[in-house]
Formats: sequence, structure tokens, C-alpha cells
Amino acid sequence: MRCPVHLSIGQEAIAVGVSAALERRDFVLSTHRAHAHYLAKGGDMRRFIAELYGRATGCCGGHGGSMHLIDLSANMLGSTPIVGNIVPVATGVAFATWLDGRDEITVVYLGDGATEEGAFVESINFAALKALPIVYVVENNFFSVYSPLSVRQPPARDVVGIAASHGIAGARGDGNDVEEVYRLATIAATHARSGAGPYVLEFETYRWREHCGPAYDNELGYRSIAEFESWRARDPIAAMERRLSQTSTIEPKSREDMARECAAEVDDAFAFALASPFPTGQSFGDAYSSVTAGR
Amino acid sequence: MSREISYGAAIREATDQLMSESDRVYVIGLGTTDPKSIFGTTAGLHVKYGPKRVLDMPTSENAMTGICIGTALMGMRPIMVHQRIDFLLLALDQIVNNAAKWYSMFNGQQSVPLVIRAIVGRGWGQGPQHSQNLQAMFAHVPGLKVVTPAIPADAKGMLIAAAHDNDPVLFIEHRWLHNTFGPVPEEMYETPLGMANVVREGYDVSIVATSFMVIEALRAAEALARHGIEAEVVDVRSIRPLDVDGIIASVRKTGRLVACDAAWKTLGFAGEIIALAAELALENLRARPVRVTLPDWHTAASPVAAEMYYPTAVTIANEVAALFGKPQRSAQEWKLVRKAPADQPDLSFIGPF
Ligand SMILES: Cc1ncc(C[n+]2csc(CCOP(=O)(O)OP(=O)(O)O)c2C)c(N)n1
Repeated sequence: MRCPVHLSIGQEAIAVGVSAALERRDFVLSTHRAHAHYLAKGGDMRRFIAELYGRATGCCGGHGGSMHLIDLSANMLGSTPIVGNIVPVATGVAFATWLDGRDEITVVYLGDGATEEGAFVESINFAALKALPIVYVVENNFFSVYSPLSVRQPPARDVVGIAASHGIAGARGDGNDVEEVYRLATIAATHARSGAGPYVLEFETYRWREHCGPAYDNELGYRSIAEFESWRARDPIAAMERRLSQTSTIEPKSREDMARECAAEVDDAFAFALASPFPTGQSFGDAYSSVTAGR
Repeated sequence: MSREISYGAAIREATDQLMSESDRVYVIGLGTTDPKSIFGTTAGLHVKYGPKRVLDMPTSENAMTGICIGTALMGMRPIMVHQRIDFLLLALDQIVNNAAKWYSMFNGQQSVPLVIRAIVGRGWGQGPQHSQNLQAMFAHVPGLKVVTPAIPADAKGMLIAAAHDNDPVLFIEHRWLHNTFGPVPEEMYETPLGMANVVREGYDVSIVATSFMVIEALRAAEALARHGIEAEVVDVRSIRPLDVDGIIASVRKTGRLVACDAAWKTLGFAGEIIALAAELALENLRARPVRVTLPDWHTAASPVAAEMYYPTAVTIANEVAALFGKPQRSAQEWKLVRKAPADQPDLSFIGPF
């Protein structure tokens, strides 16, 4: 695989909890760290992995790579890696549904870094002005690449408060607790769908792997091992498993079956990707959808 | 024996010397103080000069550019750094409307001594939003200086000249140059902005190249020499101000022009060079001028796209050969086979960026 990947590992609960609160027809847009958002929204796994391998069968036909995930059949409208630049686009998607009086809502995921871009505040201002049906989901993993919040934001800064100062409803939650995410996302989605306007959710979470790439990078020293371990102890998937086994609503046997099914699906997606052809390159030159004259 | 260091190390050394020369110089950008320190180019400087001289920053390119402009008006000498030039698009308003115009708009009362370092990415599946070369957009704007050093000695000398300059300078680094090595004097020196450099003398054809294409042009020139064509390679170094006289002198001498640019073709720098040659040296041209550039597409992420997208020494050699009615050759025939694939600067580079 020759492609930069920004893994969602450690941050899965947010995508899962939010998606569970959405209808399939609702729209999702995202960032460079979009893998979980895409999959949780129902994006096709085979086409996702094929895109990482730059294959013709990828969700962008090999044009986009990991940072550009799209599956129109799941209303996953796309992700872009220029920090903050998807936020106005998502707001525009919500504006369109509002103009047309449709009842889908739009969710846009963004990182704590993206809230520092002017486009974020400019977007929520417009969303509040028009009472747009959009939920801004801020995944606060405390870092923008290797720059911690402490070098980027004053301690008192509060993104839910920024939203509140625009009259936008919001809430903060534990992003590693999938049930809490689901509960808050349901409130947010209901609010947005009811015509009450935008909603801002901020979830604290933690990226386990390096900012970009598959390895661990704690040895770089930009964050402490103790901090990392404390978050790893809060693994959202393990926590969910523990809770399920305690409430024993799920048999150990069927847990194993689920794990096997998931692994098989992943294996299948990788096999599909690796068996897929590379693009011929014919479409690479298509920068325009139409040109009537000239070149 | 002169000392050889990498292009990246040359930038770091220039920055270090600038900072010790004047306490007005400060460095700011996302990641300047992190362990990777902009591909090593700011490594250790925050320890040496402290947190008021080397600063990380919010992910807020537009406002932060304006803030740098404000400090420049107050007599500071900011060096702003971005890991990709693509991120500068967020700061276009401040760069184009303020930095570029302040001097003339206010009738020369103040200027904006701001250096913006921006890196052009290539390969490893970075895709359309992390590997653009937007130099021409910026160089189109009067009031901005735009430089594209290709070798370590120029990276150092031109960064120093840029920081000493009283105008805003966009300092463009091709990511594939950071790990190239060359002789670099240890002392502090300026390489003047606006001067091209003949990096290889020849008399049959002028290959006028920018940034990473200088490396490709030199390889092409060696291959051409094996087939009896002596190419002159002109490293443009500074896109604006542009060394029109130096470039045209070479074209007059050889009578043939291949303009090689590491950016798009249409309305780009290569076309500008050809326009100048047509205006100023038409009577000397013995063959049609040629552009070797990126095609007018976006860089697809797939590894196969890099092979189709990036012109190489082979492309240049074949374009020159065509001007002399000589046959087109393969990379093997030119003895120009690269060890690494087109999405890797060298085999040691295994991503992600
Ligand atoms: C406009 C812009 N500036 C800088 C970057 C470089 N960059 C890539 S990802 C990233 C981190 C952004 O942090 P955040 O929004 O919190 O997302 P996270 O990676 O933590 O999920 C940055 C700064 C970029 N892609 N775009």
C-alpha cells in the first residue's frame, strides 16, 4: 500500500455511535481521518480498501486515496484532508436540504484542529442564521498532528461555548463510550431534524497510532506513555465488549461468530483490493466534467 | 573539500544563522517545535532560541498569516512555515490582498518583510490536495517574490536573502529536494534573489528549469551528452523577480529552448519563459520552443498515476532529441533508469509523506 493513512483506531466509538443515531438517507462528510466515519455510515468496505491500494475499483477509482472517501449509495458525500475545508461544504449540503424542505440531516466530522480554522466559525454562524439541519461532530483527540492543544488554544476555550455564543445547542461527551455517543447524537439528530437548527457535539477521544501511518509513534516523545496507556485502558471496543458480557445480552459463542464474520469481511476486502486492476489512467486527465469547445 | 549537507539541513542552518544574527527573526508554523520539526528543518531551534522565537501555532492559516504581517509591520522578521503549499490557499486573502500590496498601496511607507516557506509534495499516494505546485498563482501577483531553489547551497543562501529582503517572499521547497546533498559553505551568505544560475554549460540547447526539474534536467543533459548533444541547464532559482537577461542570454547562445517546470502547463511558468524568448530572442531561435511540465490534471493518488504524471529526465531528453531529429529512446537506452518508482524520491523513503 503506497498511500498515507490517518487511522481511526481508538476513535471508533464516535463514528459508530453517531451513525447509529442517523438514518441511511442522512448525509455525512468528513476529514482526512475518515475511515471509521465511512464504514460506520455504511460505506462499502471493498471499495474503501481498494482505494487505499490505488485500484480502479476503489471508491474514487484510485484518484483520491485514503483521505478522499465517498460512497454515494450510503450518502457518505466525501472527505477532504485540507483541515476545516469540508465544514462549509457540509453546511452547504444542509443548506440545500433546508432550501428544498427535505428532512435529511447532515453530519460533518471535524477534529479539534479544524475548529481553529476561520471556516468553522464562519460556517456555524451561517448554520445558526438559517437554523440549518446539521450536526457538527468535533472529535477532540487533543492533537493537530503532533501539536498539542496547549500550543494552539487557551485552556478556557470551549467549542460548545463558541457554539452557544451563536445560539447553537451543543453538548460534550465521552467519545470512547459508544452508548453515550449514541445518546447524545440521538438528541442532536432529533434537534436538527425537528427544524430547531444546528447542533455541536464535542467528544474527547484519543488517536492510538501515529498521526499518519500504521505504526505507534509514542517514542517520538510528543505525548507521554502514561497518557497513551490511560487512554488505551479506555479502549472503546473493549469497554463495549465488557459491558455486553456483564449484562450478558450476548452469548460468548455469538461474540466469537461476530468477530469471525468481521475478520472475514476485512480479509475479503483486502483480497478484493489486491485482485483488482490498477486504473488505466484514462480518467486521470479528466479535470472537467464537460468542455464544449477549446481545450 | 567543501562540506556537503542536505537541502533540509541547509535550510535549518540558514534559519539558525538568521536567528542568531537578529532577534527580530522568529519562526512560526504548525509543527515547527514538534519532534519531526518540518522534516528536520527547524530541529532544535526552539530549544536554542526559546518559545518566543520558534512557535507552533493554531491550525488557522489565514489569520496567522495576517498576524505575521502585523508583526512584520512592527519591525519583526517572521519566517512562516507550512508543511504543504496547498495549505496556503487558506491564506490567499492575507497574502494577495495585504502582504503583496501593503508597500505600494500605502505609497511605500511600510513594507512587509515576511518569508513564507511552503513545501510542494509528491508521490506516495498523497493525492490531489497535498501535491500541488501553486507557484504560478502566487508569482502572478505583483508584490510577491517567489523563489524555488533546487540545490542545498541555494536553499541556504536564498533563505538568508529572503529573510533579509524587505518584501514578502514565498520560498518554495520541493519535498523531494530535502534529502538531496551538496556543498554548502558554513558561513552566512546571501544568494541574491532574481538571479538564474547556469548549472551546466552547453551550446546546443538551453534547458531552463525550476526546482526539482533542475535535477531531472541535469540527468537529461548527461544522457544527451552521451549522444553528442551538449545542453546548457539554467536553474531559474527565482521565478519572481526573474533573471530575464540571464535566461535570454542562454537562449541566444544555444538557439534552442526547452522550458521545464515542476508545475502545470497552461498559463504557467514554462509558457512565460517561451513568451520572453519569443519577445526578446526570436531571431536567435533555431527550433520551436518546448514546454516540459506536469499535465493539466490533478495528481491522482494511485501509484500508477505518478508514472503517468511526472515528466522525468527521459521526457526532457526525448524532447531535446526531437528538436535535433534524433530518435526517441527508452529510459534503458538513455541509461536513465531510476532505481525508485515515480512515487518515491529514493528507496529509503517509505511514506507517509
Ligand atoms: C489547512 C491545513 N493545514 C494544515 C494541514 C496539515 N494537517 C493535516 S492533518 C492535521 C491535523 C488536524 O488536526 P485535527 O483537525 O484535530 O484532526 P486529527 O488529525 O487530530 O484527527 C493537519 C494540521 C492540512 N491538511 N490542512
